Amino acid sequence: MTYLITQSLNGLFSAALLFLIASGLTLAFGVMKIVNIAHGSFYMLGVYVAYTVILRTGSLLLGAGVALVVVGAVGFLMQRVFLRRFGADPLPQMMMTMGFALLFRDLALMIWGGDPFTLPYPGMLRGSMEAGEVVFPYYRLFVIAVAALVGVALWMVNEKTLIGARLRATVDDPEMASAMGINVARLSGLVFAVGAGLAAFGGVMGGPILGGYAGIDFDLLPLAFVVVIVGGMGSLKGAVVGSIVVGMIDNFGKALVPELSYFTLFAPMILVLALKPTGLYGRA
Amino acid sequence: MLTVTDLHTYYGESHVLQGLSLTAADGTVTAVLGRNGVGKTTLCRSLLGLTPARAGRIVFHGTDITRLPPYRIHELGISLVPQGRRIFPSLTVRENLAIAARAPKRPAGGAGASRAVWDLQRVLSIFPRLAERGGHRGNELSGGEQQMLAIARALVAEPRLLVLDEPTEGLAPVLVAEVAGVIRRLREEGTSILLAEQNAAFAVKVADYAHVMSKGRVVHSTDPVALWNNEEVKTQLLGVPPSGAASPLRREL
Repeated sequence: MTYLITQSLNGLFSAALLFLIASGLTLAFGVMKIVNIAHGSFYMLGVYVAYTVILRTGSLLLGAGVALVVVGAVGFLMQRVFLRRFGADPLPQMMMTMGFALLFRDLALMIWGGDPFTLPYPGMLRGSMEAGEVVFPYYRLFVIAVAALVGVALWMVNEKTLIGARLRATVDDPEMASAMGINVARLSGLVFAVGAGLAAFGGVMGGPILGGYAGIDFDLLPLAFVVVIVGGMGSLKGAVVGSIVVGMIDNFGKALVPELSYFTLFAPMILVLALKPTGLYGRA
Repeated sequence: MLTVTDLHTYYGESHVLQGLSLTAADGTVTAVLGRNGVGKTTLCRSLLGLTPARAGRIVFHGTDITRLPPYRIHELGISLVPQGRRIFPSLTVRENLAIAARAPKRPAGGAGASRAVWDLQRVLSIFPRLAERGGHRGNELSGGEQQMLAIARALVAEPRLLVLDEPTEGLAPVLVAEVAGVIRRLREEGTSILLAEQNAAFAVKVADYAHVMSKGRVVHSTDPVALWNNEEVKTQLLGVPPSGAASPLRREL
């Protein structure tokens, strides 16, 4: 029982990180219909930028803030300067994001070197919660809570504000949205920036545990894709459910049958695709 | 107000508009008629910038809008009621209207002073049914309600020109009559309308002037009464059965 609870909490922690990454990926897909191969790079850049800031200033909060803003700006420029040139042509856009992913990886290697590192734990979140037999680190609980807050905030913006309505209109029918006066290109830049910032923020949150190393971008990207495909591309609700499903399966799979960890991860995705090709909450 | 000159529009290799020219006067209802496939919807799409023309010019109130992006054209005052309504399914009725509404400040230099102000309240007073359904999502509405919402959504942008693309398609006769009533009311309020219709019998009842299209061009321009009395144009270009059928010009609707 203790084992079950601990593994479930670990699964939720994975889900929390995955949600921070996948929510931006799915929103960008919903608005622009592009598959962003460079999305894992935003996570990686987030860890690296935060690392630099924390080394200089010692402030985790500042590190998280700077990572969010800097990587968000990188995403914004990437969309406004490069991706938008291809309009609604998904293949060249995807190839270009692939190019960016490789570029970011080499750039990170050049600037930060290849040595792996971890971000320091925030002081007040050291130690573990103990409830009976269950021992679970405070920091992981904190990350779960933060991701839940981000999820609620995104939901509020999406469902309750005018900009959220514009976003949903653009996901529904980009052409009509533009005919109704929505500047779809500018909105796409904004969504891309928020998604990049969120992934970077996820990188900072995961930093004390997963750390940063060259290659973390492509280690996480497939997981994020599985989340988005299972949940349904473009659906925020799908990102929540998909993150939890993938986080749980990945944790229990690795704990119980480590030699089959890729099978346990991708089998559910194939199953969902076979039964419901648009994902659990996706639209045709 | 609107002058289209020698417009050529393509879908890929397919040459749809082949040198189309027409004008529409301010404060009138201008019908664009023709059989299915002559390019009426393509004309609407080119006017809105959704399928920009490859050659030719569209001038609207003195501004060349031929190559402007759709949201800029919308800003300049052209609103579309698209074929098939295309209501945003995941938005509520209120949200469908809110995203299209013009911000309170008017663009400088517009001839806005004399026009009616289509704020949400007034639009909903024309379509009381929409007010009742305010919290429902677009995909929960009936076809007739969707058509009314599509018109309302275009109106809250305070258009200087309302482009209606096949507004009666798929509607029951009672709803067609309602659309006719709305068009007449808008015209009385001073809103200019371009009406693309396959249903000529409907269009000639509400239009002040009519252009007839064939193969991507305007081939006949006339007033609606003369059009309806021209058997040759009616049967060959509009697909209306030879007379004997009741005249639609009685305004009993």
